[in-house]
Amino acid sequence: MARTLRIKDHWREQQLFTGRLLVAILFVLGLTGLVVVRLVQLQVGKYEYYSVQSSGNRIRVEPVPPIRGLILDRNGKVLAENTPSYQLEMTPEQVPDMADTLTRLVASGILPEDDLPELKETVASRRAFDTVVVAERLTDEELAAFAVRRPQFPGLEIRARLGRSYPYGTAAAHLLGYVGGISAEDKKTLDPIEYAGTTHVGKISVERSFEARLHGTSGHEDVVVNVHGRKMQVLNRIQSLPGQDVILTIDMDAQLAANQGLEGKRGAAVAIDPRNGEVLAFVSTPAYDPNAISAGLSRRAYLALQEDLDQPMFNRALRGQYPPGSTIKPMVALAALHYGVATSERRVGCRGAFSLPGSSHRFRDWKPEGHGSVDLYNAIEQSCDVYFYTVARELGIDRMGSFLESFGLGSVTGIDIGGEKTGLVPSVAWKKKAFRRPGEQVWFPGETVIAGIGQGYMLVTPLQLAHATATIAAKGQRFQPTLFRGTRNAATGTIEYEAPRPLPPVPDQEPAQWDAIIEGMHGVLQGPRGTARAVGLNAPYQMAGKSGTAQVFTIGQKEKYNAKDVAERRRDHALFIAFAPLEAPRIAVAVVIENGESGSKVAAPIARAVMDAYLKNPS
Amino acid sequence: MNTPAFGISLEPRSRVEQGLLGRALRFLHLDGWLLVGIGGVLLISLLALYSAEGQLLTELLDQVARMLVAFGALLFMAQISPSWLRRGSPLIYALGIVLLVMVMATGDIGKGAQRWLDLGIRFQPSEIMKLGLPMTLCWLLHDRPLPPSFGVLLVVVVILVVPVGLIAEQPDLGTAILIVLSGAVVIFLAGLSWKYIAAVGALTGAAMPALWLVMHDYQRKRVLTLLDPESDPLGAGYHIIQSKIAIGSGGIFGKGWLNGTQGQLEFLPERHTDFIFAVIGEEFGLLGALALLLLYLLIVGRGLYIAAGAPDTFSRLLAGSLSVTFFFYVFVNTAMVMGMIPVVGVPLPLVSAGGTSMVTLMAGFGILMSIQTHRKLVAR
Repeated sequence: MARTLRIKDHWREQQLFTGRLLVAILFVLGLTGLVVVRLVQLQVGKYEYYSVQSSGNRIRVEPVPPIRGLILDRNGKVLAENTPSYQLEMTPEQVPDMADTLTRLVASGILPEDDLPELKETVASRRAFDTVVVAERLTDEELAAFAVRRPQFPGLEIRARLGRSYPYGTAAAHLLGYVGGISAEDKKTLDPIEYAGTTHVGKISVERSFEARLHGTSGHEDVVVNVHGRKMQVLNRIQSLPGQDVILTIDMDAQLAANQGLEGKRGAAVAIDPRNGEVLAFVSTPAYDPNAISAGLSRRAYLALQEDLDQPMFNRALRGQYPPGSTIKPMVALAALHYGVATSERRVGCRGAFSLPGSSHRFRDWKPEGHGSVDLYNAIEQSCDVYFYTVARELGIDRMGSFLESFGLGSVTGIDIGGEKTGLVPSVAWKKKAFRRPGEQVWFPGETVIAGIGQGYMLVTPLQLAHATATIAAKGQRFQPTLFRGTRNAATGTIEYEAPRPLPPVPDQEPAQWDAIIEGMHGVLQGPRGTARAVGLNAPYQMAGKSGTAQVFTIGQKEKYNAKDVAERRRDHALFIAFAPLEAPRIAVAVVIENGESGSKVAAPIARAVMDAYLKNPS
Repeated sequence: MNTPAFGISLEPRSRVEQGLLGRALRFLHLDGWLLVGIGGVLLISLLALYSAEGQLLTELLDQVARMLVAFGALLFMAQISPSWLRRGSPLIYALGIVLLVMVMATGDIGKGAQRWLDLGIRFQPSEIMKLGLPMTLCWLLHDRPLPPSFGVLLVVVVILVVPVGLIAEQPDLGTAILIVLSGAVVIFLAGLSWKYIAAVGALTGAAMPALWLVMHDYQRKRVLTLLDPESDPLGAGYHIIQSKIAIGSGGIFGKGWLNGTQGQLEFLPERHTDFIFAVIGEEFGLLGALALLLLYLLIVGRGLYIAAGAPDTFSRLLAGSLSVTFFFYVFVNTAMVMGMIPVVGVPLPLVSAGGTSMVTLMAGFGILMSIQTHRKLVAR
């Protein structure tokens, strides 16, 4: 049977082939149909979907960061501005050998070795086409060093960027603060859309407190990007709106005078306008260089600042807490008048020491031979300790304390910058809470006595002291201290001023009582036997003030023990408060100098210089 | 006994064939309809490549040069009569096997696979097999009674397995599959019994798990990616996702020539080679893609028409096989680009950049034209 089949039958084979060909044609048409159906499904059915996908692929919204507002003093002097600086940027995807490139950057002195680990971390966390800042604020030498080696560094580029700069440098450092790179911590509080393109944010003080006004409104650009993320074309650009210029209450002349006086010292000076609470000078020394910090400090340089024994990062004006010493006396005197413990006529005999009844302990006066018979005026003018020991004992700690609290002591003043310390006004109840051992919880009468001259537990910040002084100058009228005078719209130049914020005044005080203590303070500077009459001499205006010298009991906890420095650091703190002109006060000043020894000799001239600088201008 | 295929009479000739053009075509042994189809596809290819290759004229001229070389191959093959082709078939097959073995021993490695042979000019011997294998099968079957007996089928299987095994080992799965298909088309057209077809189908289904085991990792990944491209959007799935976006966003009318964002902005990978169909879909839209498919159908249809009218078994089988295989190329590539089948490295015939596969394809069209134009001389 197989034999017969071997004969070729051409006609049948052709029929067979034609049949198969028809099957093949159906097969071809069927598969073509599938392809067409799929094409229609993609291009007609899901066209909208894929169009959106395609746009999403190619269009990227890039933020356009706003220009940060300026910070001005009350007379329009620029305290913080934006200046172009050169920085070295790297696009990782264009760098052929990252490890080798970084090594060579360090070798050529452009990249500090300390910054290497942080930079590597940044590179690892970004997309390969995102630029990474390698070094900020290049010096001319660094620019030149990179320029000659440029061909060896593909993927690196010099770019001009606006950087924050502070023309007055250290002189306004603690006042203004600084800006710094946005940290993970910052990101938690910042609006991610508004800050999408912003690299720096205010870290502390004015730069931080007024961040919302200074920052401005972010714009954006719709750009066409290719698959590598490279910009090919800008489709649409919404401009950013620059931040508002912030006008501070600071008078730069007063600020510089305070700086000059405090130069080389550890201390603080704060000046306030008693009529509205505007802070005219706000100085803490020593200070850091805000330009260097905003540019980005190396880790080592930052640690050096942190560990400096003189604590240049510490804002003494805001956070330094000192015993007020004799500067408290005018307020204690007022308390005595208020509670009827003293009158302006009452005299106290001073023989150089005071003892509590039934005790042999002698509380010394600063003048061993005594002041003789002193009234309220003499007591303030000559700073008679025995007089204030006497009235303090009669007032009692709780009455005295609550009266001092009405001047804002013992609580934050509410100034616009954060981190303020409260100081301390002691009381019987406070002591019970503050100490653990029952033996220490008891308030001793002797503690009331020394509180009368601002010693013991009592602590004030220079800002509180200035605020209290302004309150005396305004005879009990209180205003919240503020650094914020208003804003200037960078585009239109329109200025909007902020209204003063009144605080509850010192209660129920007769004008005559204010006049009595102010007269005493006038005597300090311009009376015949005033403790600081050398400073008040030849002044073109009348002024009032009070010196203070506070004993230093212990070395501060954060300070390291250093034998060479200890002697100097055990000296008394020097304090001075003052206001002027006497008839219509426009400025109240508090100066504190750590280990300055003498309030009237060291601190008072600085207070005078600040007032001179401010009052030489009318208004 | 001239049985008209599909009721179309081959006589008398049309007017074109009798005119000057017709005489020139006949003299050169060329087929007008095929030339129209091929020319149309090549034109679309040049437009798409210019767009996909960053609008570089030099790249385009390179491709034009390759097209001219390929046309030379077409012209050459068209002059050889089918009877001579038939006698030469086993030799071509043998040459192909030798070269494939040489590739295994010495070949260059490109893109991780060993496919290239450098003999003065660099080429892939597997391309020879794309023609050599179906030709040899047609030669084997031409004087045997059809449908082929079981014994003949065993020989067919041996002839098929040797080169396919060598090519799959390179590894070049796409080409191996296409060569198996070209052989399968030959025996299908030769009248292979439906029983065998069903048996092979069942066996293939059963062999799938085994195939899975011998596949390379990248090949398995492609299959998995096809099932769920979104599972690996930046890796293996990226090609399919981006090409679907390109085609889908083209819509009915396309984004316009040189305006395809997926292609121009380089989101689309392999856009001048395997994924050029996505460029066409994006820039020319559904209408452009359908126009291209229509041109392909013209070529395939003309090829099948030539097969239907071919005077002898060898010519019939070969013409049919070449035409259907060509269609497979089109289908596999377009289906792959649209995410219907796994990514196998098969270019879009006549359109993707590259010379080797185009030379093979055009040589194949030369054979078709030879079959068509030598009919009078050979028949009867």
